[in-house]
Amino acid sequence: MVDDRRLAELEAVARDMRYQMVRMMGADKPHHFGGSLSIVEMVTALYFYKMRYDPADPNWDGRDRFVMSKGHTVPAQYVALAKLGVLPMEALPTLKQLGSILQGHPNACMTPGLEACTGSLGQGLSFANGIALAARIRGLGIRVYCLLGDGELHEGQVWEAAMSSSTYKLDSLCALVDRNHLKSQGQVDEAKNLEPLAAKWQAFGWHTIGIDGHDLRQVCDALDEAETIKGKPSMILAQTVKGKGVPFMEGQFQFHNAPISQSQWAEAMQILAPEEVA
Amino acid sequence: MLKWNVGDLVQTRDAYGEALLDVGRRRKDIAVMDSDLQRSNKTYAFGQAHPERFFDMGIAEADMVCTAAGMAATGFTVFATSFAMFVPGRAYDQIRLQLSYARENVKIIGVSAGLTQGPDGATHQALDDIALARLLPNLTVLVPADATEAYQAVLAAAEVEGPVYIRLGRYPTPVIFREDYVFEVGAMPVLRQGSDLVIYATGIMAALALDTAVILAGRGVDAAVLNVPTLKPLDARAILHAAEGKQLAVTMEEHWISGGLGSAVAEILAENRDTPALLRIGVNDVFGQSATAAELLEHYGLTPDHMAAAILTKLEAEQRRQ
Repeated sequence: MVDDRRLAELEAVARDMRYQMVRMMGADKPHHFGGSLSIVEMVTALYFYKMRYDPADPNWDGRDRFVMSKGHTVPAQYVALAKLGVLPMEALPTLKQLGSILQGHPNACMTPGLEACTGSLGQGLSFANGIALAARIRGLGIRVYCLLGDGELHEGQVWEAAMSSSTYKLDSLCALVDRNHLKSQGQVDEAKNLEPLAAKWQAFGWHTIGIDGHDLRQVCDALDEAETIKGKPSMILAQTVKGKGVPFMEGQFQFHNAPISQSQWAEAMQILAPEEVA
Repeated sequence: MLKWNVGDLVQTRDAYGEALLDVGRRRKDIAVMDSDLQRSNKTYAFGQAHPERFFDMGIAEADMVCTAAGMAATGFTVFATSFAMFVPGRAYDQIRLQLSYARENVKIIGVSAGLTQGPDGATHQALDDIALARLLPNLTVLVPADATEAYQAVLAAAEVEGPVYIRLGRYPTPVIFREDYVFEVGAMPVLRQGSDLVIYATGIMAALALDTAVILAGRGVDAAVLNVPTLKPLDARAILHAAEGKQLAVTMEEHWISGGLGSAVAEILAENRDTPALLRIGVNDVFGQSATAAELLEHYGLTPDHMAAAILTKLEAEQRRQ
């Protein structure tokens, strides 16, 4: 359980995550602002609250694994890894530049701390299943986390993987869905209706937990609850707001992957700036 | 190790099953996956011997490939198996990202490849898998000619640190290598010396190329035969060396003539000077159909008689031009 003091610390981390992320992305360059901002609390809770992880040894065999299946929102993971010291802070401004270790989508061969190559949506949950299966045979005793986008759930492979997770009773696996309701071109459910989403996952043999994905206490509690579930995988369905934290981006699919102007960037930086500086 | 005698008719998929038992017994980090074809693909015996390391992933090839990649990232060497029609084809994007790009240690095994899949027809006859696999960086692509080579190729693949594609068949093809044969990734064994032309053959076509060379010899044409079990990395120097001084180069594959061995050899010959004309023998931009394997080889011109005739026609045309 997360206590009030810890919660306040985590909220400060999340706030700084958003600030560092938008600072890294900058103006006049297309970036996946919307979905990177909607997952900040979940990424914060995973790296700074829940996961068994040694930043000094990111390849430690006994670490919990986090697979970013919605690969386009890896900027949030880059910032978390930089804050932990797994990546140098100086690397952040090189995002997507020629020769950078920070690719537009995750490359586990190039970037310390990443577990998988993703970006073609729908593959991460299968990969996470593979980690959980291997870890069980090897007796590693680790937990495996996998973050998916709600638009990503349109990919059929997600549901192939969902069946495997429950068939193999992968209770070390906890998946999270960033349910921000927006994909690149508009409403997720207008293209393929996902609802009733919790019932779908339950029918596939999963334990489901519904939360407000921006309420850090709820995120932490959900991660704790998932760890107590035995015999089946857990799914945290997190209601979120695309672009969360930057008012002119919130709920706007147009900021899925787009540049922002210098003045928009300055406005965002002012809103997200640490309180003592603002 | 199981041994076969030269001339025995053996399916390369049978050698796969035997080799898995061999390497699986010795190495606890070997895992095997299949997509509901384990009896056909010969992974069933491994599953019986090592149930904790065998996974029937159901009819879900894309999921299988990515799950295999996750296992590989966590310390296993995984053989992910299906029909060659479905891997690489159906799981191409997954193989591209999780294996080629991420270089995970997964061996993709495509079984029942080519026309000799037979009665199931065009939907199940992979004629594009070499082309798809050959495109991908970091992927090693192996097409064994017989059971002995297939057995050793599987063992060799297990030792390769990185992704491998192996194409296997269900056509009883004569064993051409003796048990003391040593398979090496990238090597291109000369099966027959010859001075007039060179045949590059891959997979089951190697044995048919030897039969073709015998027919050609009866017509006074001396053909060299090279077995090409490694399509990637392809040894360009060995290809060029074998073509030196020849009047004609011929490729033979149970695959579309675009994208596979024929294209690979064409690329090498075209980029170099003083190379011979090329005849690509394979399936010529059409789909297969349902029939027995033997009927299909006959119908699509892949029997030694047909191939010898095609070679003689091309050779005469080249000689008239000179």
